[in-house]
Amino acid sequence: MAEVEYRGENYEEQHVHTVYEQIASHFSSTRYKPWPIIERFLKELPAGSVGLDIGCGNGKYLAVNPSIFLVGSDRSHNLAEIAAQHQPHSVVVADILDLPHQPHCFDFAISIAVVHHLSTPERRVQAIRSIVESLKPGGKALVYVWALEQESSRRGWSEQDTQDVMVPWVMRGSKKDHGDRHEANGGHSHSSDKTFHRYYHLYRKGELEQDVHAADGCVIDAGYEKDNWWAIAEPTQR
Amino acid sequence: MKLLTLNFLTCARKTCKSTAAAFPLHPKEAELEQVEMDMNPLFITNMLPRLEWEAMKTLTTELGLPNLPAEPPSAEELADESGEPTQTLKDLHTLLMETSIASGKLVCGNCEHEYAVKEGIANFLLPSHMV
Ligand SMILES: [Zn+2]
Repeated sequence: MAEVEYRGENYEEQHVHTVYEQIASHFSSTRYKPWPIIERFLKELPAGSVGLDIGCGNGKYLAVNPSIFLVGSDRSHNLAEIAAQHQPHSVVVADILDLPHQPHCFDFAISIAVVHHLSTPERRVQAIRSIVESLKPGGKALVYVWALEQESSRRGWSEQDTQDVMVPWVMRGSKKDHGDRHEANGGHSHSSDKTFHRYYHLYRKGELEQDVHAADGCVIDAGYEKDNWWAIAEPTQR
Repeated sequence: MKLLTLNFLTCARKTCKSTAAAFPLHPKEAELEQVEMDMNPLFITNMLPRLEWEAMKTLTTELGLPNLPAEPPSAEELADESGEPTQTLKDLHTLLMETSIASGKLVCGNCEHEYAVKEGIANFLLPSHMV
């Protein structure tokens, strides 16, 4: 695929960052329920723990545990602004590949639905390296990515499908029913609807673990939940 | 952004990140505001060992805030005999959690790059020639 040649930073600027910046508030209104595994990971942290939410989006995980401190970061200024409303935490605008944090400093990190937006294998490993590097020895990072294997979802992708896809996001125009999302070709879109496409790399079974290892992390737990692969990683001891 | 955040931030440039000169970032033309927040004594007590005391002292001096004591308070200084939060803990809460930089710049002591803070949010995106 010739198109692969062009993937990288500029590609993501156009097919990921610009899109999130435009759909920020609509996206945020559909993202409010924390996923159970992530909620548990955060709730089990001892009071006083300090960590990162890398690619925090609207900051829905910032509200889970008020006795820890999170520095959330997002590439989208509009999403960071929404996330910043969750006290007592802090939010900055930053890129996952150039995080403004001291390495080997944090008790924990989460990065939910972020790494799959990087458009080359090298950049995905680099992103995970960036997450793992932020942790102190024994610190834990929870990483979630979208799975290729989601036969039961309405998207219906399976192992045979291509892993690099453009996923439509429909923003309803005039209709009142914000928060309802449907496929672009679902047949009942209105003329005032606006469709945005975001780039995703859909992870195959085992691929996230491979990437964690390539990023000098070790996987201490991993699994599949509702169309996503997840892994809990620690920095590899040297 | 609350002052505590500065304890966990450094320059985003790879060449600066692990240098001592890049931490802490230096506030410039900083506009401060007090944002009232519920006090969480357990959080403050447990978080205290993670605080870079020297860096916090530098920051309070640079921001023209009252000077911090030479040494960080011990755990015993944070609660009285009945377990109630002491004035020392309350002061830490006010300084770290309630004092915020509303706008200004954060300057790297190593490369001198300036990161803007607007409406309480610092922007660490680097221009492409600096990545
Ligand atoms: Zn620097």
